[in-house]
Amino acid sequence: MSWAKRILRVNLSEGSCTEEPLNMDWAEKYLGQRGLASKYLVEEVDPKVDPLSPDNKLIIATGPLTGTAASTGGRWSVITKGALTGAIACSNSGGFFGAELKFAGWDMIIFEGKAAKPVYLLIKDDAAELMDAADYWGRTVWETEKGLKAEHQDPQMRVASIGQSGENGVKFACVVNDLHRAAGRSGVGTVMGSKNLKAIAVRGTKGVKVQDPDAFLKATSDAKAVLAENAVTGEGLPAMGTQVLMNVINETGALPTRNHKDVQFEGASDISAEAMHEPRRSDGKPNLTRNGACFGCTIGCGRIATIDPNHYTVKNREQYQIASGGLEYEAAWALGAATGVNDLDALTFANFICNEQAFDPISFGATIGAAMELYEMGVITKDDTGGIELTWGNAEALTTLAELTGRGEGFGAEIGLGSKLLTEKYGHPDLSMSVKGQEFPAYDSRGIQGMGLTYATSNRGACHLRSYTVASEVLGIPEKTDPLSSDGKAGLVIAFQDATGAVDSAGLCVFTTFAWSMDNIAPQIDAACEGDWSVEKLLEVGERVWNLERKFNLDAGFTGKDDTLPKRLLKDAAKTGPAEGKVNELGKMLPEYYSLRGWTDDGVPTNETLDRLAL
Amino acid sequence: MKITIKLFALLGKYLPEGAVKNQIDIEVSDGASVQDVIHSLSLPAEHCHLVLVDGVYVAPSERDNKTLSEGQALAIWPPVAGG
Repeated sequence: MSWAKRILRVNLSEGSCTEEPLNMDWAEKYLGQRGLASKYLVEEVDPKVDPLSPDNKLIIATGPLTGTAASTGGRWSVITKGALTGAIACSNSGGFFGAELKFAGWDMIIFEGKAAKPVYLLIKDDAAELMDAADYWGRTVWETEKGLKAEHQDPQMRVASIGQSGENGVKFACVVNDLHRAAGRSGVGTVMGSKNLKAIAVRGTKGVKVQDPDAFLKATSDAKAVLAENAVTGEGLPAMGTQVLMNVINETGALPTRNHKDVQFEGASDISAEAMHEPRRSDGKPNLTRNGACFGCTIGCGRIATIDPNHYTVKNREQYQIASGGLEYEAAWALGAATGVNDLDALTFANFICNEQAFDPISFGATIGAAMELYEMGVITKDDTGGIELTWGNAEALTTLAELTGRGEGFGAEIGLGSKLLTEKYGHPDLSMSVKGQEFPAYDSRGIQGMGLTYATSNRGACHLRSYTVASEVLGIPEKTDPLSSDGKAGLVIAFQDATGAVDSAGLCVFTTFAWSMDNIAPQIDAACEGDWSVEKLLEVGERVWNLERKFNLDAGFTGKDDTLPKRLLKDAAKTGPAEGKVNELGKMLPEYYSLRGWTDDGVPTNETLDRLAL
Repeated sequence: MKITIKLFALLGKYLPEGAVKNQIDIEVSDGASVQDVIHSLSLPAEHCHLVLVDGVYVAPSERDNKTLSEGQALAIWPPVAGG
């Protein structure tokens, strides 16, 4: 139990919804969510498929602990071949949608084909039906969610949808649920839009059953106590949110600034967690209204924010004079340091638009940064931008382009290509700060060496959430390592990758691991699920998932040569801070990583490794 | 000698009056150690988790012996994380 043991297969071309049993042999090997859905994708989709063709599939997946009493047990993921990258994509979201899907009695939804006209999927417990979405196509996420709840007269319905960006083919479109939680990266919303699928609306009343309720109650209660007593998860994250990192990473000299030209941003303190707490001169209120939590979460790291009502972005626009999803660290970095913009309200507005129109603020901000560098070089001109002065630090350029990108209009349509295609178009592909087509998040790998290897080897393109060695290298969790040294980082990256693979397959939030070890996680899964789930078995699941994803990418045409970083990080030394004079030492770390992984010198899993993992 | 002290997150409340954007220049005695400054500001030891001098980490075991120089920046955080 804990799995609902049911999959909903939706053929959009035929308009059919069919129930089928969850493959429990695969669940035993891949657990759920990221791992199990990746297994389905690998079995059912040709790795060489065009991500936007009807032959690609889009899987909505929960984990066994989704919808249970486990803290943070509300996670769900979108698994597909990513539109931004052409690699396997798994984008993880929180909020309440995932638990609701589980309450309705479904572990997963597999969408295949393409609808002839825009549709949405309506689920009420066992009943599932494709509905005409003509009234919602061309609408924002916020309009769609409000409209669906009103149409069905059910305010407790949970909705995951795409905005206009996903409809218009913005390469980094998200799927947004509960207004401002996002399956954000790799263009999973773009794939959803290509299928003419606007939204999934779900209401569930069946609940979730666990294998051993008494043992589960004890395991989850014990684990919640660990979160509550830990200084990070019990106090730091709820009070300051992820944004607390802005000053940390800037002081460390690893805050990528102006398209990675610099590693420290002079405006960092203006856009930090501390700044979000400062009362404004105009109305005496701070940017941060309150913290927020997803389903079942006892951490509550989310930021709910308001914009100064006198700020140019929202003056006379009452729809944005609201408390809504505020800046998290990665978004604040991409919208701010990557573009040189230090206007906290402008960043918050751009973030609102990213939520409303469902596109990834990391890729968006980083692509603006690349475009600003091309503008500085004179390669992009006002003729290209429609008159927008794309200068470093120009807040109005940022917020204007957020709205244009959301609607796929003007120069916003070019920003919607992502930095890889944009810089290629203008003849300077080296200026895309990305790996496998996906833009970096908020850590410069010249100042945090392990993150260079993390980015280069990430199966979904540059990503911090696949192996967050920042925890060890900067924050000292679980133990401190030297961020400027590449020694031992191959093993560290692998340890993080495998553990994260297990957490992402369970229905839990990876932020729990700031306090929990696998020793806290395994008893919860073991009590909830049939079978025996030890720490060792979970780490094996993580390693298996990693190799499965790798195999998909290799079959898709990626090679070890794609495990690299932009020249800027390998050749141009950091100019300031503790990392001054350093580049990333990927060339030293990568061979050791391949060896420890049991891969060939070219980065291919050996037959022995595949056999050991039963792949 | 003068150094810059930066206190972030929940340690912000320990900043001396006049601090702007979580930092302020203060006078400390020549040869003052990191631990001396932590003590002089009455910072709770258990909250001084991440301690950086000019961005470089100073482990708890090194704080007594790590002396500061004129113009250096001492930045301190309680246990924090994000991502």
